[in-house]
Amino acid sequence: MTDERLLDLYRLMRRIRAFEDAAEIASQGGVAAWGLAASSKPALVRGPLHLSTGQEAVAAGVCISLQKEDLLTSTHRGHGHTLAKGANSSRMMCELFGRATGYNKGKGGSMHIADFSVGMLGANGVVAAGIPIATGAAHALKIRRQPHIVACFFGDGAANRGPFLEGLNWAQVYRLPVLFVCEDNRISATTPTDTMTAGEGVSARARALAIPSLKVDGNDVEAVDQAAARLIAEVRGGGGPRFLHAVTYRFKGHVSVDPGTYRNPEEVAAAKLAGPLRLAAGKLIARGVSQAVIERIDSEAQAEIEHALQVAEAAPWPEASAAYEDILNTGAGIWQ
Amino acid sequence: MSEKMTYAQAACLALQEAMRADPRVVALGEDLGRGGVFGQYRGLPQEFGPERIIDTPISEANIMGAAVGMALAGLRPVVEMRVIDFALCAMDEIVNQAAKNRYMFGGQGRVPLVARMPIGIWSASAAQHSQSLEAWFTHMPGLVVVTPATPQDNYGLLKASLASGDPVIYMEHKELWGLEGEVTAGKEVPLGQARRLAQGHDLTIVTWSRGVGVTLQALALPALAGIRADVIDLRTLWPWDKDAVYQSVAKTGRLLVVHEAVQASGFGAEIAASAAQETGCRVRRLGAPRIPVGYAQVLENEARLTPEKIAGAVHALLAQLH
Ligand SMILES: Cc1ncc(C[n+]2csc(CCOP(=O)(O)OP(=O)(O)O)c2C)c(N)n1
Repeated sequence: MTDERLLDLYRLMRRIRAFEDAAEIASQGGVAAWGLAASSKPALVRGPLHLSTGQEAVAAGVCISLQKEDLLTSTHRGHGHTLAKGANSSRMMCELFGRATGYNKGKGGSMHIADFSVGMLGANGVVAAGIPIATGAAHALKIRRQPHIVACFFGDGAANRGPFLEGLNWAQVYRLPVLFVCEDNRISATTPTDTMTAGEGVSARARALAIPSLKVDGNDVEAVDQAAARLIAEVRGGGGPRFLHAVTYRFKGHVSVDPGTYRNPEEVAAAKLAGPLRLAAGKLIARGVSQAVIERIDSEAQAEIEHALQVAEAAPWPEASAAYEDILNTGAGIWQ
Repeated sequence: MSEKMTYAQAACLALQEAMRADPRVVALGEDLGRGGVFGQYRGLPQEFGPERIIDTPISEANIMGAAVGMALAGLRPVVEMRVIDFALCAMDEIVNQAAKNRYMFGGQGRVPLVARMPIGIWSASAAQHSQSLEAWFTHMPGLVVVTPATPQDNYGLLKASLASGDPVIYMEHKELWGLEGEVTAGKEVPLGQARRLAQGHDLTIVTWSRGVGVTLQALALPALAGIRADVIDLRTLWPWDKDAVYQSVAKTGRLLVVHEAVQASGFGAEIAASAAQETGCRVRRLGAPRIPVGYAQVLENEARLTPEKIAGAVHALLAQLH
């Protein structure tokens, strides 16, 4: 891999990290969930904020091989996927702040972040729900003879829901252009997935349906990139669905207000040492990229996100009347 | 020019015309390659091939979810759920995905799909193949709900649904598949517009789907001789034609809502309450008792809407003081 590509991947991961760190701070004082009392400080980001901190390499390593016209469905942890697919961080932040200028006009928030203009068809509040939607989008691309593909992200926990089986089977039956990406952070909300998943795990299920799969170290962005690039080329070549199992780690709790105390602190510490940003920075240094170059990337990401925060804070709220828009056309005259 | 055909054939004709006119229209569901379990796709697989009449695995969640994805990626899918009872395996895809997409993503996405899910008692098929769950979907913002009662309406409403640009829950009735009637091709039936079948000053009867035919039979019974009713077939349950109902009850002062679905929490409650609130009319509902549909004839009959039950409800309403 060229240094340039690794630098691009590092830059993207750093932007994702900066975005989520900022969103986390902006969410403090938010929902009184997880047994914690709400603080008196009003939160700028309200509601559940699912962070992908530590998992950036999967979003970056897969999306770097996607084209703008390719489509993507995501999980409840979708900020990284959305940024990696090419969305604008300010409009994303506006959405997290619930502003009218957000991608979803303030109707979706973090859990439903989406940018259809770059093919990002939405984060989803329902585990595994993106899988059938991705297969359908891929089916449409095939029927319409469009040379694009769909990337379908889901978590390790999602593999235990029915739509996972239905979607994988469907994609293979019709040889659809879809890359399934299991972003395996080894935990499902607060429960270790290996205590909940029978058999040999998710890629064994793909193999049972004869969907070729690769398993990678999901913290190593180069490894993800290489595996994803290969699988995406095969999907693009008309080979039917492929499956990428990327094993990674979530540094934080399930949602921003969850301290994640149910996790072994040593395991968390070790994971942070082996995290994707450190790993990539180490590789860059080893290849002779100067510390100064890396620091500049870091500060550019920081500046971009600070700008996003300012834009979002200054942005207007939706009008109450917008609550009645974007529901149905047919109902417009008669409803009320 | 009109032609005699069945309710099933009328829908088939509508779909065929739409598929000829628009290459984005596709249909997907189990056994569509055989023309559908009720013959409502007969001939279409031969004309349009397996790429547009898609035979699917028994994967209801994925059938609905894929249709959402197809719609987002530029197709206009028609989803076949076989019977509404199986749509329950795809509730997330209908309620959380199809219905919410446009709103939740701030209008970025549109989900123009038609989900066909036949309702109603299917003789001797018992509790899991005979439900009428239209109220579930009228409750859900983001969905259009359509219940055609005649071949002409099944043609015209399916055409309108395909053109609507939003997710449409399209409920044919299993006992109407064979119903014959004149169908004028090209005749549009707009969504949200009721149809008045009879005129009278004594009361208003609002119904839909198979309730239409049973109501007309009831009015022909000697027990209702001399009673004149405004009979309204709603045709579309969401958006429902409030103007037509309110205008009629403003004249008659009495409203009976008749449906085959279980009465408790049925859509009749919505119409009755809205009309009473708006016009002060007297209201009465007739639906099924809150029992699953039984297999044995005597059990099934308990759940079945009959002309006699309607006649009884009409008399009860006319006798009601307020
Ligand atoms: C159908 C459904 N069931 C339960 C939930 C609640 N929930 C949200 S995220 C989550 C865990 C999902 O695990 P995984 O796919 O591994 O993703 P992770 O959150 O660990 O990244 C659960 C149970 C949900 N959103 N949807």
